[in-house]
Parts: sequence; structure tokens; C-alpha cells
Amino acid sequence: MKIVTAIIKPFKLDEVRDALTGIGVHGLTVTEVKGYGRQKGHTEIYRGAEYAVSFLPKLKIEVAVPTSQVDKVIDAITGAAKTGQIGDGKIFVYSLDHAVRIRTGETDTDAL
Amino acid sequence: MTVSMLRRALPALAVMLLTAGPALADGPKVDKGDTAWMLISTILVLLMTIPGLALFYGGLVRSKNMLSVLMQVFYCVCVACVMWALFGYSMTFTGDNPYFGGFSKVLLSGVTTESLAATFSVGVAIPELVYAAFQMTFAAITVALIVGAFAERMKFAAVALFVPLWLIFIYFPIAHMVWYWAGPDAVAAAAQAVHDAADETAKAAAQAKLDEVLADSGLIYQFGAIDFAGGTVVHINAGIAGFVACLLVGRRIGYGRELMSPNSLAMTMIGGALLWVGWFGFNAGSNLESNAYAGLAVMNTFVATAAAALAWMFVEWAVKGKASLLGIVTGAVAGLVAVTPAAGFAGPMGSIVLGVIAGVICFIFCSGVKNALGYDDALDVFGVHCVGGIVGAILTGVLVDPSLGGAGIVDYTACDPDGVCKTAAYDMTTQVWAQTKAVLVSLGWSGFGSLVLLKLIDWTVGLRVTADKEREGLDLVDHGERAYNL
Repeated sequence: MKIVTAIIKPFKLDEVRDALTGIGVHGLTVTEVKGYGRQKGHTEIYRGAEYAVSFLPKLKIEVAVPTSQVDKVIDAITGAAKTGQIGDGKIFVYSLDHAVRIRTGETDTDAL
Repeated sequence: MTVSMLRRALPALAVMLLTAGPALADGPKVDKGDTAWMLISTILVLLMTIPGLALFYGGLVRSKNMLSVLMQVFYCVCVACVMWALFGYSMTFTGDNPYFGGFSKVLLSGVTTESLAATFSVGVAIPELVYAAFQMTFAAITVALIVGAFAERMKFAAVALFVPLWLIFIYFPIAHMVWYWAGPDAVAAAAQAVHDAADETAKAAAQAKLDEVLADSGLIYQFGAIDFAGGTVVHINAGIAGFVACLLVGRRIGYGRELMSPNSLAMTMIGGALLWVGWFGFNAGSNLESNAYAGLAVMNTFVATAAAALAWMFVEWAVKGKASLLGIVTGAVAGLVAVTPAAGFAGPMGSIVLGVIAGVICFIFCSGVKNALGYDDALDVFGVHCVGGIVGAILTGVLVDPSLGGAGIVDYTACDPDGVCKTAAYDMTTQVWAQTKAVLVSLGWSGFGSLVLLKLIDWTVGLRVTADKEREGLDLVDHGERAYNL
């Protein structure tokens, strides 16, 4: 099992969710986060004075999937979240040791 | 340029009723149209303060300080209204000396539904209560403008102390210096008496009387300086006080390093737009009569504002690459400020030029000079109000020129018996120098006076909240409530 974590642009959430639903992923956790990557934030201009904004608002989505599905999930997120512009985000994949569905007590892939 | 109270001039008038022409002989008339317009104008100036100025400022601060700014503006209005009725009106609009008024109308004594205030026309008056209420709203907005300079870090206790002291020692005297005079009826009647004097002795006596009437005015009025709706009294006065305050209270924690992004530019736009709407009461109401000159002030308040907004927007677009909403709204406020002293004096084309110049100069101060010098004028009170006010005050001296489409300056010593007065000969050098002196006096008085008051407050209750409290935000530490509970 793997956890796929993707940092995406906030306005891409619906497209990413649709893409994941399309490949049979039914659970998704979303967190509002801030951060920066290679573009080092952006500038905002108030009354002609420029201010550097280092931390941009992003969404972090987390999906737990069987290992066999990881590549499809990555493809789906990449396809849906890509604008081609700087700041599209990143995807990280972690190993997932154990999973339990609280309501039923099912474990591991049955719980996903 | 507004008016003194006619009541004071009435004894002089009574003496001259037999010799003066019909307009004077009938006594001043009150017109319901004028009165209605002044009542509406008075309420419009409140509209530009709360909600207008409060939302304009409130939207510009961080959400943790939103409520504190709204509170400060609201407080200013309440304090100014009460103080005005108690003694502010008397200290501003009675004669005593050139620097501040007397105390003969303390507690609004003698200001009744029967008493009258002069307008700018011989033989035309408005109810004195209406005039006093209109002027009251000016005191309220002027002191409220200042809070933008020290937003987000001044103790509320310091603000609470500063506001009444500033009104007493700065606002009332400067308003008296700029706006107090004996009124058109008194001047015209005294001049008529000189004209009608039968022999040399009588002429000398009448001339002495005229000189006395002319001398019964504020210092800046005696310079010959003109300020239609308060460029000097309101904007330069508040702007320099704000500048001194922001220097004394110091920069906000994180200023220049952290982004202090406005909590809601939409709210700032609402406030800015309400300022514009209310400003018609401010500028056109200052005509005191509902006539074509009020119309001129309305037209000028439209076009100068729009021109300044566009000037700021295009300059920002050219220099910074983007045209911003905050830019166009701030430019509009700069235009409103600049046209204030000129509203009833300049022509519409002159006002457009004035707006463009003010928009560009205020942009330079708010985006360039402020950053270069590093002072934290949080909401640009100095950059917009003081700088825009100075531009407007000086250029009013140019744009009043009838050959540039201006209205000229009425000479109330040259009126015919029907009360129609001539326009005085215009000399640009004289007028611009008078305007410059007015600017310098108000900068000095308000700048130095505010410094003394703020130092006193600093030594007693202290000006600034502690660093921890500043980080937490003034809404909670000073007022125990939040602007937003989302």
C-alpha cells in the first residue's frame, strides 16, 4: 500500500477529484497548506509598493491506494492538476504499513 | 472658506440699515432650498466618515486589527460631535483674536432655531443650527482621518486621549484661522457706509468701522488664502498630524519585512466609494447655498476625482506592471483631497488638471518616498491627505484665476445695493503666496502641536501597545472582540 501526497493549485481540486474518481479511487483527504517551491513565492503590489509573498496557498491531497494502483493515481493527478505554469505542485509517494477502517475493523487493502 | 456668524455682525448691520440698499434693508433671508441642501450635505459628511472612512481604513488593515480601526473612527465622530456642541463651535466661529475664537457661544448658547448664519451672498442666510451641525461633521472627519497613520499599534487609551486634545489645540484654532470672518453682510454694509458717508469725518469713521469688520477674521483668512471645503483645515492639518504620530509611535513590528496584506480590498472599495458620495456634501455643501456654485463644486468633485483615479491607475500600470483596484480607489481619494480647497473656485477643466497632478504626486509619495524614507504611515494619511492637500491648496491659488476658467474671488467691499458683488482683481503671485503661507502655518501649527500632545500622552499613558499585544492584534487586546468569527 502507498500514500500518494500531492501539492496542487487550489483551483485544480475539482478536476483532480474527478480524475481520481474516474480511476476508482473513492477516498481523499484535503488540507489547506502554504509553501513555496522554485518560484519563491510571488509579489503583490499595494498602492504601488511591492511586497514579496513567500508562502503561497496550496492544497495538499492525500490518497491511500494499493501499490498496484499508484501509477494510475499519479497519472490521474498529473493530468488533472497540470497547467504548464510554474507552481503546479509536486507528488510524493510513501509506503503505508497498515490501515484500519474504524467502523468495521477491516484492515489493510480491505480498509482502503 | 466658510463663514462667521451673522449674529455677531447684526448690531453693526442695524446701524446701517437706513443707509444700505434694499437687500440689506430687508435683512437676510433664509431659503428652504438652501436649508434642505445643507441638511443633506451634513448627513452626507457623516456618510463619508462612518461608514465610508471606517470601511476604507478597516479593509486596509490586517483582520486582527480591523475592528480597532472601525472603533477608532467611530469614537472620533462621537467625541467631536459632543465637543463641538460644548465649546468647539464657539472656539471656531466666534471672533476674539486671529488664532482662536471666543467662548460666547459655549454650550451653543444663543444658537437657536431663530438665529442665522451668513452664507456667501449678501442678504442670504441659513439657520445657524444647520450651519453648526454641518461644520461639526468636518471636525469629526478631520480627526478621524489621522487614525490611519498610526493604525495597528497605538493603544486605544492613547487614541482616546489624543482625539479631544487634538480637537481643542489644533482643529478648532486652525478652522478658526482659515474660515472665520465677519460675513458678507457685515462687510458689504460697512463698505456701503463708507460709500455713503456724507463728509470726511463720517467717511473716516466709516472706514475705521470697515477696517474693524475686515480685521475680525482668522489669521489665515487675513492672508487672503482661500480654502473652499477644507484642504488646509482638514487634509493638510490631519495629514501632518498623522505623519508626526506615525514617526513618534514607530513602525509596526515586521514592517517592510512581512506582507501586511489588507484584510478586504472589497471593503476598502466600498468605503472609498462612500467617501466619494459623501464628499459631495463636504465640497458642494461648503457653498452653503443651493445654487450654481454648489453645482460647480459637484462637477469639480466628479471630474477631479475621476482624473486622479485614472492618473494613479495608469502610472501604477506603467511603473509596476499592473493596474490595481486599491490604486484606482486611492487615486480617487487623492483627487477628492486635492479638489477640496478648489471645489467652488476652479473651473471643471482646471479641476481635471488638478486631479491628474494630485494623482501622480500622491502615487510618488505613497509608493516611492514612503519606502525610501522608511516611515510607517500605515494607511497613507500623509501621502494622500497632506501631500494631496498641499497640491490642492497651492493650485487653488492658480485655478481660481478667471482667465483659467476659475470663479475668481468675490470682493464683498464692492457690492451694489442689491447685494450683487464684484469679483476682485486677480494676481496669481499674491494668491499663490497667500496659499503657501496658509499651508506653512497649518503645517507648523498642526505638526508642532501634535508633537507636543503626543509626547505628553507618551509620558503619561504611553502611545504604543506592547509587542506581544501588537502581535495578537488590537481587536482582542484593546476591545475584547473580533471583527470576524469564521
